[in-house]
Amino acid sequence: MNNVILNESLSQISLLVVFAAMAVFTAAFLVSGWHLSKVASNKVKEVNPTSVLERVGLALTLVATLVLAAGVILRGIAASRVPWANLYEYSITGSLILLMVFLISIRVPEVRILATFVVGFVLLILGTAVSLFYVEVQSLMPALQSFWLVIHVLVALTATAFFSIAAALSTAYLLKTANWLEKPKSKGVENFKRVMGVFPKKETLEQFAYRFNIIGFILWSFTLIAGAIWAERAWHRYWGWDTKEVWTFIIWTIYAGYLHANATRGWSGKRAIWLGLVGFVAVVFNFTIVNMFFKGLHVYSGL
Amino acid sequence: MSLPQRYDAPEIGLTGWSRWIWRQLTSMKTALILLLLLAAAAVPGSIYPQRSADPNGVSQFFDNNPDLAPVLDFVQLFDVYGSVWFSAIYILLFTSLVGCVLPRAKVHYDALRQEPVKTPTILSRMPAHKKSTTPKGFDPVPIGMEILKKRGYRVIKRGNSLSAEKGYMRESGNLVFHLSLVGVLIAVGVGGGYSFSGQRVLAEGDTFVNNLAGFDSLSPGLFFDPENLTPLSVTLEKFEVDYDLSNKTNIGAVLDFRATVTRRTSPQDAGETSVVRVNSPLDEKGASLYLTGHGYAPEITVRDADGNISFSGATIFLPQDSNMTSIGIIKVPDNIPEQIGIVAFFYPTAAELSSGAYTSMFPGVVNPLISMNVYTGDLGLDSGQSLNVYSLDTERLTQVAGRDAPTPGIVLELGQTKELPNGLGSVTFEGIKRFASLDIAYNPGQLWVLLFSLLALGGVIVGLITPRRRVWVKNTDSGFEVAALSKREDPRLEELVRELTEEIKKGIK
Repeated sequence: MNNVILNESLSQISLLVVFAAMAVFTAAFLVSGWHLSKVASNKVKEVNPTSVLERVGLALTLVATLVLAAGVILRGIAASRVPWANLYEYSITGSLILLMVFLISIRVPEVRILATFVVGFVLLILGTAVSLFYVEVQSLMPALQSFWLVIHVLVALTATAFFSIAAALSTAYLLKTANWLEKPKSKGVENFKRVMGVFPKKETLEQFAYRFNIIGFILWSFTLIAGAIWAERAWHRYWGWDTKEVWTFIIWTIYAGYLHANATRGWSGKRAIWLGLVGFVAVVFNFTIVNMFFKGLHVYSGL
Repeated sequence: MSLPQRYDAPEIGLTGWSRWIWRQLTSMKTALILLLLLAAAAVPGSIYPQRSADPNGVSQFFDNNPDLAPVLDFVQLFDVYGSVWFSAIYILLFTSLVGCVLPRAKVHYDALRQEPVKTPTILSRMPAHKKSTTPKGFDPVPIGMEILKKRGYRVIKRGNSLSAEKGYMRESGNLVFHLSLVGVLIAVGVGGGYSFSGQRVLAEGDTFVNNLAGFDSLSPGLFFDPENLTPLSVTLEKFEVDYDLSNKTNIGAVLDFRATVTRRTSPQDAGETSVVRVNSPLDEKGASLYLTGHGYAPEITVRDADGNISFSGATIFLPQDSNMTSIGIIKVPDNIPEQIGIVAFFYPTAAELSSGAYTSMFPGVVNPLISMNVYTGDLGLDSGQSLNVYSLDTERLTQVAGRDAPTPGIVLELGQTKELPNGLGSVTFEGIKRFASLDIAYNPGQLWVLLFSLLALGGVIVGLITPRRRVWVKNTDSGFEVAALSKREDPRLEELVRELTEEIKKGIK
């Protein structure tokens, strides 16, 4: 007879800690945004690496990440298993991984400037998670009792983290090269143009987006293979065009297209950037809509 | 005077056209468009139910949309991944891939045996370049040669300069990736041809024998030969389920399914016992057994008017909800004086609703109860048609016990016997067994698919992260120059030139 001990009061504490992390992230978001607007208004061309505001923003992000890590770990202890087995848990663990990847990458100034984007995105995920995805701790259903859960899901979340940062860089690229910024017609657009002027030049943004997408693509390929191995153990076939398998395939194919676009004359640059963003939209669609509403074998949202 | 020529343009001819089409097909742009088409074409398969993954969903769709469904079916939207259009896209894509990769493999093979390129005359035009002065009479060339070789470059001395190249693995990785994808496709196709998968439902005590008759349903591959089924029998000794009874918000959740089975490879075999779980199948030579479902199989005995047993045994009841309210069909064609059919509901932990109907409150067996509606009439079993054992066509039958009959439905507790109305005999609820649904499958191609997938993964990693660089070191009158060029934007190029310059300078001192 198996026995699982679920600690519900601890999972409540975990939720409170996640809320606390969100509060600190909000502060980090505001400070980073303030930093951006200040740099823009000073008409400083180069990003000043020693700016106090930027440092405070990043320090707050670091603190918030540590608090979030505590929340995620407590959730795992409360459930006595890895904290990534339903949509709420995917969201908090995925956010944590995204922030870890981001914080490791901030040595690069081109990535550091994205703090406002990344923290804003994390706030969006966490807000959705606590309000729409939250479920009490549950035991693992037998279909999920496999060590492939640890690997397959963890790698998928890490791939998503890299895709997210690439998407932030791509968004910055598109905003920077937008036609309506060329000749600002209103004061607001002019201010916005100045903010975008703080971001690295478009070639740099493109290069870094490519690099993050490459790592994302490699990790996604691994996710796909690990998923197939697991599917064979659980469902007797390594591939069966289950809805989640279909979307994993679609995402892989779009990013493969993105890589080809980067090597094709007439397709690199703006078109490739758009393609990468289409890939990211598919990732988000797969994570939310497919998880919640599509019929299939991967019914693990817990909702 | 000459007549106007009808065809002024030079004739391209069939070969010309095919060459043109081939060149278009194998271009990178075409590959890119085909990739995006493939992604788009895969989408409808996640929106509409697919016959391969969800056949019930398809028939439901037909029931709900009788007008739309045949149209969608005509354009193969219920068989997207086997459809003509989906196949066309991936066949074109793979043709384009092969046509692109094979010539590139040839070029790469030649490049591997060629010496590094000639040193450009004006090195300062390279994306990374550095000029340094050294005391007269010192030659940077031999020192540079040593340093570059240590860094894994292929170096050649050309006059007063060095030409070096590194990163051939970039293209090698790329080629391995693409060729491995072809390998994956072939392994999927061939493996699928020799594979089979089937289902079998076993109540505790039942035995599956690995031959055609042993399967409830079987989907064989194109080249499947039943002669090749390995001699194997598997008996389900017992099936156990652990439910969570201690955590308040999780009560009733399944913690573990365990099917204890005995497998034998010949009638003389004493047998070997093992436990099959979800995620941990029983792997045998030529077939694996996977646990994919479970339910209850209550044991019911029917006696006819003379008191003789007309039906006895465990019947598979299909679960209807998470608390395992289950429905079973019992057909008794040999009952005297009349054939009877029974639609039975099983509640493992029964509770009575205010309406008088029953429901199950918990999936485990705490307070088991069976309620049944009894029908008489011709069950249609003698007509020779194969009928679904999980359904009873009640249209031509008369209900003798149940809501639509003068006698209410028969309700049985475990061990109870009750009389059937109209002197039809009696029915006894003898016991409760569980059943397990097993998938039995074999795919000889899957290891090859895995192997090629991993090879592709390795290839893509090497291909994407290896920089392809050319480096030149040139002896000049006043000192030396170092320059470098990379296939893609390369953030470390300037740093590399700086490092090399420093190292050469150190070597000179």
